[in-house]
Amino acid sequence: MQKMLVSPSPHIHTDLTTRRLMLDVIIALLPATAVAVLFYGWSELLVLSVSVISCVLLEWAITKFLLKRPSTVSDLSAALTGLLLGLNLPSITPWWVVLIGAVVAIGVAKMSFGGLGQNVFNPALVARVFLLISFPVFMTTWASLDMHNAWTIGVDAVTGPTALTLFKENHGAVKDVLMQTGSAGEISDLALLIGFAYLLIRRVIKPWITLSIWATVLIFSGILYLAAPGTYMTPVAALLSGGIMLGSIFMATDYVTSPMTTRGGIIFGVGIGLLTIIIRNWGSYPEGVSFAILIMNAFVPLINKLCKSRKFGRA
Amino acid sequence: MSNIIIWTIVVLFGLGVILSMVLYLVANKFKVQEDPRIDEVEKVMPGANCGGCGFAGCRAFAASCVEAGNLDNNFCPVGGNDTMKKVAAVLGLEVKEKAPMVAVVRCNGSCQNRPRTSEYDGYRSCKVESMLYKGETDCAFGCLGCGDCVGACAFGALSMDEQTGLPVVDESKCTSCGACVKACPKGIIELRRKGPRGMRVFVSCVNKEKGGVARKACTAACIGCGKCAKVCAQEAITVADNLAYIDFEKCKLCKKCVEECPTGAIHAVNFPQKPKVQKEEE
Amino acid sequence: MQNLTFKMGGIHPDDKKISARSKVEILPLPEKVYVSMAQHLGAPANPVVAVGDQVKVGQVIAEPAGFISAYVHSPVSGTVKSIGPRADLAGNMVKHIEIEVSGDEWMEDIDRSTTLITKIPQDNAFILDRIKKCGVVGLGGATFPTHVKLAPPPGKKADCLILNGAECEPYLTSDNRIMIERSSEIIVGAAIMSRVLDNCPVVIAIEENKSEAIMIMSSALNSLAKTMPECGRIAIRVLKKKYPQGGEKQLIDAVMGRQVKSGGLPIDAGAVVQNVATSLAVYEAVQKNRPLITNVLTVTGDCLTVQHNYQFRIGVPLSFITEYAGGVPNEAAKIISGGPMMGKAIANLDATTVKGSSSILYLTREQTERRQETACIRCGRCASACPMGLEPYLLYKLSKVGDNAALEENAVQDCIECGCCLYSCPAGVPLLDLIRPAKGNVLRIIKSRK
Repeated sequence: MQKMLVSPSPHIHTDLTTRRLMLDVIIALLPATAVAVLFYGWSELLVLSVSVISCVLLEWAITKFLLKRPSTVSDLSAALTGLLLGLNLPSITPWWVVLIGAVVAIGVAKMSFGGLGQNVFNPALVARVFLLISFPVFMTTWASLDMHNAWTIGVDAVTGPTALTLFKENHGAVKDVLMQTGSAGEISDLALLIGFAYLLIRRVIKPWITLSIWATVLIFSGILYLAAPGTYMTPVAALLSGGIMLGSIFMATDYVTSPMTTRGGIIFGVGIGLLTIIIRNWGSYPEGVSFAILIMNAFVPLINKLCKSRKFGRA
Repeated sequence: MSNIIIWTIVVLFGLGVILSMVLYLVANKFKVQEDPRIDEVEKVMPGANCGGCGFAGCRAFAASCVEAGNLDNNFCPVGGNDTMKKVAAVLGLEVKEKAPMVAVVRCNGSCQNRPRTSEYDGYRSCKVESMLYKGETDCAFGCLGCGDCVGACAFGALSMDEQTGLPVVDESKCTSCGACVKACPKGIIELRRKGPRGMRVFVSCVNKEKGGVARKACTAACIGCGKCAKVCAQEAITVADNLAYIDFEKCKLCKKCVEECPTGAIHAVNFPQKPKVQKEEE
Repeated sequence: MQNLTFKMGGIHPDDKKISARSKVEILPLPEKVYVSMAQHLGAPANPVVAVGDQVKVGQVIAEPAGFISAYVHSPVSGTVKSIGPRADLAGNMVKHIEIEVSGDEWMEDIDRSTTLITKIPQDNAFILDRIKKCGVVGLGGATFPTHVKLAPPPGKKADCLILNGAECEPYLTSDNRIMIERSSEIIVGAAIMSRVLDNCPVVIAIEENKSEAIMIMSSALNSLAKTMPECGRIAIRVLKKKYPQGGEKQLIDAVMGRQVKSGGLPIDAGAVVQNVATSLAVYEAVQKNRPLITNVLTVTGDCLTVQHNYQFRIGVPLSFITEYAGGVPNEAAKIISGGPMMGKAIANLDATTVKGSSSILYLTREQTERRQETACIRCGRCASACPMGLEPYLLYKLSKVGDNAALEENAVQDCIECGCCLYSCPAGVPLLDLIRPAKGNVLRIIKSRK
């Protein structure tokens, strides 16, 4: 008789793999990516490809030459980080700034913590915030949404303000938020929502973190709006503008840097929502989602400790 | 401008003085009186904190030595007699010398001797595997080969031999702390006397099955035939449960048993190689 | 009425009930049987026959060795050849009685007719004694002696007897088959057990994927109700398909909406759970005085061309069954006794069947081989899947460093070893492999404290 396998139970396992999960998130990002490329043209393609390729190559190089471990790029997590980083940058970011971002994301925020699963902060967001602080001019200059210019080589992009900047300067309107100028991934909320629906249908993520961020933003900015309608955005505009959609659907729900339990996720989401609105309205930056998520990332171990799962028979 | 600098210096200096006083007072108030000899003993310890002595670490061992007032029950297997002499000197006590020991792997069930009959596919741990079943071979007593002992060794003295699938002890690194003995779920590893120039004789098998069953599972198994016990002039060999055991306190390293053993289960190591010619003359 | 299920965790593996339509065949007698003395939870039984003795089918060959232990009967007629240690399916040595088969001569006091006896004895002590003397044990997996389970400790009362027909493990179909083929007997068995438990109500819980069994059991219950007043206490409830629906604690939660306290027994929540196969064995024991010497087992697997359900004599070597079913398929890489989630991998086909044997399952390497362990991505799927609400990823980490205090604090001792965590992990982390020994350690520590 041939040698039989012997192992402890269970003897079957799900078909789901880490790679499949990462691939699903990448698929969910495709509508937003397509919109970004459509409206921002060649420059956006350059940013995205530099970002994805450099992230993957960096992770491969670090595992091979520094850590001397088997390569982990096949799990697609580095590609996902690269895509998210690219979508978090303005389309006219110079390629070398993107490259620095990739080094920070993969080298500093991910691999120095021990690679996938070990990092405390979302790598793409760490890189975005690092670039925002280091190169504030590049990071806050956005091209206007002009398809014709975007696909014409040799024409410099015309820069335009984001809805949030307009509001900060007190002359924004709700219509500005629907197709908004901004970081590449933020222009179309609709594309992001399609991605969200895909993630939920494929059961890649649970909706609680995202929904609690939305609810908090709506309620908090609603209170502010009712208190002083002239000074603050309407709640709906607040929710749909800037990076809240991208952040709440794709960044805050990152497995590694979000709490494990539903209850923890809701606390995490409420924290992000509150911090975002606070930074937007009283901070020096027009947008606060990145900072809010990073700050709440730091609280995840604590939230995990406090929000234990409810156990069977231990009411 | 200079005002700011002066104030800064003054405030920081003042803070430093006040806080250092607080620290001093607190440190004095909560000072724990400890026998200063514990520190001295700890200094001569190897500092590996391996727990081989039975205490939580070198300091706990030192504290126990000081407290007991004698060294009868305390021995540091890692530092050996040298360390114990130093400890004795520090404390002004006497210490009995102990023969140096070494970890011995009592299984010779290499891939060749002991064919695999199944393939273990669970978590690579001898402990997990032994909880599940007899192991990959038909010998329910022998080495499982997942290397729990290697992981337990703090001194890098154990490694798995890829060829045989068995752990190998590096005698120069082994400190006989006994961590591997505890880690092995099959109880294969034993601390035995190292012997003069490392020479020692031992039964490299722990199979308690009847001879036929043991032999079927592994060609190098001890079949409990008792030939070795008969030939031993020192009465060092006992056979119980179909398994021979050599008492290293009694063994005089004559190696008669090694020649007598029909399965080659008795091993003699570190003996100088005899020239081949001599053997043929015998 | 909505289908019932438990509230916490659970997974939905493909149920693969490919042998569900194979009728139960009667396995022929082998030349020799090897009857294990450790077929039940508790102390192994003590043999009461000697080498050379002639035994008949149904004759007691071993007696219980303690309060939690069970009688063992000869499944065949013939001569006792030897009594001694023999490897079980994991290769561990267990005392077996070897019997050489000659003829098929039964004990005279066993009623071998197939007539249904619906009249239930009124004496509880008589019923319990019959169940005990016939060596009936729980056939749902744990093989706990049934007469002990049916006698709740003083001060505790059963509010409900749940008959477990969930069979939530993929592939297994033996319970399904007996519910289809022996429905009336199972219902009478349930009525008998209800009678012992102070006439408590009975819920027969069946998972929705066994529609044929649900239908036949319902119609059998309806027709029996005409002559048996006891049937008024019996109801059939349909369960959702979810693993581990048949876990005792999960089933009580699904049917009664009660949670058994951590460390507690089902009776603390007012429930007694018995498998449908146990109910059949109880019927045979009480109404026919027939001891537990046969059971039904599924031989199945995707790589097997013909699927079988066999009624076998307990003690028949596994290899005899695999040979009779056409040999081990070439593609089979793992043979499992029991279901793919909680069954035991068979390392030794020479081992014999025991009272609790429910299947021989062949899995191919592709289906069963463990995946390379990669980094935990903290997706939380293990925690969502855990029916006990534990955090397997955390327990795994704590097990690796052996932090028993933290393991206990995080309730590792509540783990039911259902395997949902390991099943659902996308990173291939062998969670349960390490949690299981850690649970053992913690339970030992808790016990030593008392």
